[in-house]
Amino acid sequence: MAATTQIPIPVQQQSLLPSNPRRSRPLFDWEIIRRAIAESFVKLNPRTLIKNPVMFVVEAGAFLVTTFLMRDAIAGNGQIGFSFQVSLWLWFTVLFANFAEAMAEARGKAQADTLRKTKRDVIAKRIFGDGSVDLLPAAQLRSGDVVIAEAGDLIPGDGEVIDGIATIDESVITGESAPVIRESGGDRSAVTGGTKVLSDQIRIRITSNPGETFLDRMIALVEGAERQKTPNETALNILIAGLTLIFLLAVATLDPFATYAVVSAGSGSIPAIAVLVSLLVCLIPTTIGGLLSAIGIAGMDRVMQDNVLAMSGKAVEASGDIDTLLLDKTGTITLGNRQAVEFIALPGVEERELADAAQLSSLADETPEGRSIVILAKEKHGLRGREIGDREAQFIPFSAYTRMSGVNIGDRQLRKGATQALEHFVRRLGGFVPKEFAEWSDRISRLGGTPLGVADGPQLLGLIYLKDIVKGGMKDRIAQLRAMGIRSVMVTGDNPLTAAAIASEAGVDDFLAQATPADKLAYIKREQAEGRLVAMTGDGTNDAPALAQADVGLAMNTGTMAAKEAGNMVDLDSNPTKLIEIVAIGKQLLITRGALTTFSIANDVAKYFAIIPAMFMATYPALAKFNIMGLHTPQSAVLAAVIFNALIIIALVPLALRGVKYRPIGAASLLRRNILIYGIGGILVPFPGIWAIDQLLVLLHLA
Amino acid sequence: MTPNGVLQILAYFAIILLLTRPTGLFMAKLFDGKRTFLHPILRRVETFTYRICGVQEQVEQRWTQYTFALIAFSVASFVVIYVLQRLQGFLPLNPQGFSASNVPPDLAFNTAVSFVTNTNWQAYSGESTLSYFVQMSALTVQNFASAAVGIAAAIALVRGFSRERANTIGNFWVDLTRATIYILLPIAVIAALFFCSQGVIQNFNSYTHVKTLEGAGQVIAQGPVASQEAIKMLGTNGGGFFNANSAHPFENPSPITNFVQLILIFLIPAGLTYTFGVMIGDRRQGWAIFGACSAMFLAGAFTCYWAEQKGNPLLSRFGIEAAATPGQPGGNMEGKETRFGIAASTLFATVTTDASCGAVNSMHDSYTPLGGLVPLFNIQTGEVIFGGAGAGLYGILLYAVLAVFIAGLMVGRTPEYIGKKIEQKEVKMAMLALISTAFSILVFSAISSVIKFAPPTKDAKGQPAVHSYWNPPGAAASNVADSGAHGFSEMLYAYSSGTGNNGSAFAGITANTPWYDLTIGLAMLIGRFLFVIPLLAVSGSLVKKKRIPPSAGTLPTNGPMFVGLVVGTVILVGALTFFPALALGPIVEHFLMYQGRLFSLALFSF
Repeated sequence: MAATTQIPIPVQQQSLLPSNPRRSRPLFDWEIIRRAIAESFVKLNPRTLIKNPVMFVVEAGAFLVTTFLMRDAIAGNGQIGFSFQVSLWLWFTVLFANFAEAMAEARGKAQADTLRKTKRDVIAKRIFGDGSVDLLPAAQLRSGDVVIAEAGDLIPGDGEVIDGIATIDESVITGESAPVIRESGGDRSAVTGGTKVLSDQIRIRITSNPGETFLDRMIALVEGAERQKTPNETALNILIAGLTLIFLLAVATLDPFATYAVVSAGSGSIPAIAVLVSLLVCLIPTTIGGLLSAIGIAGMDRVMQDNVLAMSGKAVEASGDIDTLLLDKTGTITLGNRQAVEFIALPGVEERELADAAQLSSLADETPEGRSIVILAKEKHGLRGREIGDREAQFIPFSAYTRMSGVNIGDRQLRKGATQALEHFVRRLGGFVPKEFAEWSDRISRLGGTPLGVADGPQLLGLIYLKDIVKGGMKDRIAQLRAMGIRSVMVTGDNPLTAAAIASEAGVDDFLAQATPADKLAYIKREQAEGRLVAMTGDGTNDAPALAQADVGLAMNTGTMAAKEAGNMVDLDSNPTKLIEIVAIGKQLLITRGALTTFSIANDVAKYFAIIPAMFMATYPALAKFNIMGLHTPQSAVLAAVIFNALIIIALVPLALRGVKYRPIGAASLLRRNILIYGIGGILVPFPGIWAIDQLLVLLHLA
Repeated sequence: MTPNGVLQILAYFAIILLLTRPTGLFMAKLFDGKRTFLHPILRRVETFTYRICGVQEQVEQRWTQYTFALIAFSVASFVVIYVLQRLQGFLPLNPQGFSASNVPPDLAFNTAVSFVTNTNWQAYSGESTLSYFVQMSALTVQNFASAAVGIAAAIALVRGFSRERANTIGNFWVDLTRATIYILLPIAVIAALFFCSQGVIQNFNSYTHVKTLEGAGQVIAQGPVASQEAIKMLGTNGGGFFNANSAHPFENPSPITNFVQLILIFLIPAGLTYTFGVMIGDRRQGWAIFGACSAMFLAGAFTCYWAEQKGNPLLSRFGIEAAATPGQPGGNMEGKETRFGIAASTLFATVTTDASCGAVNSMHDSYTPLGGLVPLFNIQTGEVIFGGAGAGLYGILLYAVLAVFIAGLMVGRTPEYIGKKIEQKEVKMAMLALISTAFSILVFSAISSVIKFAPPTKDAKGQPAVHSYWNPPGAAASNVADSGAHGFSEMLYAYSSGTGNNGSAFAGITANTPWYDLTIGLAMLIGRFLFVIPLLAVSGSLVKKKRIPPSAGTLPTNGPMFVGLVVGTVILVGALTFFPALALGPIVEHFLMYQGRLFSLALFSF
């Protein structure tokens, strides 16, 4: 029976999408907005803007219109007022797009600043082989150095505990105020630079060189310094750049076509540069072009706010594609501990008697298992947890050697523990073991439970049935995963029978029983060979190969450094269930891109209806039939379209930053829904929008 | 629209629907290397072909090798056609005694490109330009070859989807041979015999001079028509033996032959959608593509028929009956054959431009603006409504890939089609193909709208010293016969037809000048090769990828929603690209017609 220190299991989140109040900042924070506005102007530099072909074309167009405007202004001809407004709004279009990107970046930068503040100068106590200690700034520590840290110290760098045990405050990194325990050996040995030792003393072997620590990497990540375009983002960029080129062709050839029309109609005029550029800017996918990078940055940021460090945007994107999710049984699917659900008395023993003995032996047992026994006895037999002191009891704590715990009251020796240990205990005292004891304990194992024996001195009383409890709501989440098209696989060290029982209770699609790290790795490879993408969580060093092999490997922050290095994400809350949220964020990221692309292209329909008739009003007045919005004048029509086009970028910034809501419904219904909103909606929305702006322009005598 | 007309269109569609499965199944077997019912007879011909050509049947090619073979074959074909045309004076079967002077280099270039690219744009009149030998050995042979090339390319693309973690996409020479021997030749032979039985001529006679009842002289041109007619339709080539194409009674004598010609156009393209389904192992995917094509076909056919049957509102003012009555067809019969009527003519116009056929049985130039818009838009969207033999399938798959990429993101996964991830390379190549065609149509039309050719300069004696070689002096736009918006449509249609490898002419444009021969020739080359090469590259990229098994999270691509998505993408992309141009052509013409303005012979001058 395990009675090691329990790391508190983080609060379970019921909603599929992360809502982490600890870190989330309001969408609009004045400081962030101020920073973003300043940055929008800096980003006007064509050399940076060229990375975004769509906005670069807009800027070039704005420049062209402005140049012609100045020429006309000097010469004193042309429709200066109109050209001025067009050029103004074209510049606004670029600025709005820059603002969207700057907003997304600024949110990351604000977080980086907070982190940087915590990265104070720490003095490390370096200890040498001969036991001598010297003091030096943490920044000078190299990988391999051994340092000592005691209560009140900040840990000078990332490393592994090689000696001792301590409670540590990691709130700097995780935002979680409850202290955690780190000890040498095993899977809880990793410590992070900048965190604070609260009690005891540990020796740490430093594992990172200056500038490469976890905190450094985290700052770089949130700042977006390492941001590279993800594969899907690049592909989408090609698409919108291609569309831009096509529209450039369509608009550029319109000039000669118009020339022909004017000559052959014998009247009319060739559209002015300002009008042609307006049409071009309205047609090219500026909405998605302006918001694309903001969507990517915001996606990373959302992962961050969920307290997960993604090492690359690619990993976040890949998580949307996950087909198979490997979930560890303990801690993910089931509560990390088992609970007593039944007392099974041996023949000739009253169940109440068994319950009483079990409760007494567990009174001092502070493990969740022990507490659950006390509660079960109270619930089933009305036995109250008695005051211990007045009974002159002597408690026997659990030890790995005896594998039992219990209490001595007077001459009564009450014990509970592993069945084999109990058999041994009873026989030593001269008692005997009924054959039912072994039979029933086997049966409990087969049901997926753990049997605990209970004895009163030499007499075996019976068994306690400890059961793995599937986390509340887990079944629903697994069902949601299935609706998303994701297969969930439970990984456990239990025997196949036990595993099957829990698997069916949790509703997972498959399970991997008696799994060794090698089995896990083989399973992942097999799934990948069939074309599936696999995600998993892990914390131990022996998980590292599988974490590295998986397409998305979420390492627990409590885990070893090796695991953290192998995975491509680290969950600072060490909550394995988080994987499901990450998948949702990945999907949300892709959906937002697709939705805004569709919206952007669908918008063009209305803009044609606004601009084309306006453009040829003089040459072919018959085209006025196309002016179905009834826009007032050619100038007001063109301006309304350009203004709508610019404003829609700003209007969609919140959506880009927050992301389109993801619903765990099947792909078909999701598509139908999004097509309806962003496709059909994208066609319809601009009509009233452009109409309203046109009304306003005329009302204000701007056109 | 009359019940009879509607019935004709629906009956036609029903027959295509019935033929799709058997044709598709046969082709799938053939290209998967399985035995078909024709193998006992034709397998020996096939192996013999490989032996004399030194083709190793079992050796497969990577996409680069496949593409190289395809280009090499096309280049060789081009050279042969060009040389045969220029040497026709020295070759047999030339009763009219045509010579190289009938086919100057620019025309020979244009015609050679035209037939190699399966366009069959005809800047010449067959009966007054080319000898029977050239028509048969150069043009008819290419009708088979260029169609087989298209089918091969489509199959190569399908293999990109159906295979996984492979490097090769088949063997071009084998696909070419099989398409020719097992599909095109047998059906063409049967169809040619059928046409002969229905009155299509097949002889080597020279012109026959006759005196008509009115006493005027008439020259009746003849030739080996039936043999060319069958493959002209089946291979979606469309190059008529005569200038009048399928409107000519010797090519298309009756409503029956007309109906059969229509079926031949869609036979292979429709079948290929099913072949696609079989080869990738999910027939519903094939039906989805068929469904998307069908929806667009029916919409186009009925729009065109409706517009033509409605006729010209201006004529009604003069008391001319526009509605169909038992005694007369009503509507707009200008430029249409009375033996076909409005329904069969508009159906033909729609089908020939849905597919990249380009044969015509009526004058598209004489259609009402909206009636003429349908064929023009069909061509501009890339002729993907069943499309050309092979070309249609790879065209619609390009749109499917784009539709999946844009909409697929909205289900929250990296888009995948038929289990293959659509990534950078695929998007890049699909966009390249799309941009190339848009470029060709728009830029060539734009240049021709405004370019002017210098008048001939005169020397001291007042004799012309420098002739304007490229085009008659003045604006290139003055080659169009009509003024204003309608003239613009004529020019836009010419470059659309060339780029789309359609080959039908709106007519009304003097296209046989070096300027138009060259630019339309280039348009045809761009439309064929800058479309097919990127798609073969897509195949080369897809074939290496794993096929991801579908799950509840995968975008379903075999249902009605996907059909709608593909249709939407085709129409939206086409409309957004060409709307400004179309607005200045047929669309404004339509509005003007209702305002009482028509365009007649041009008095065009800058």
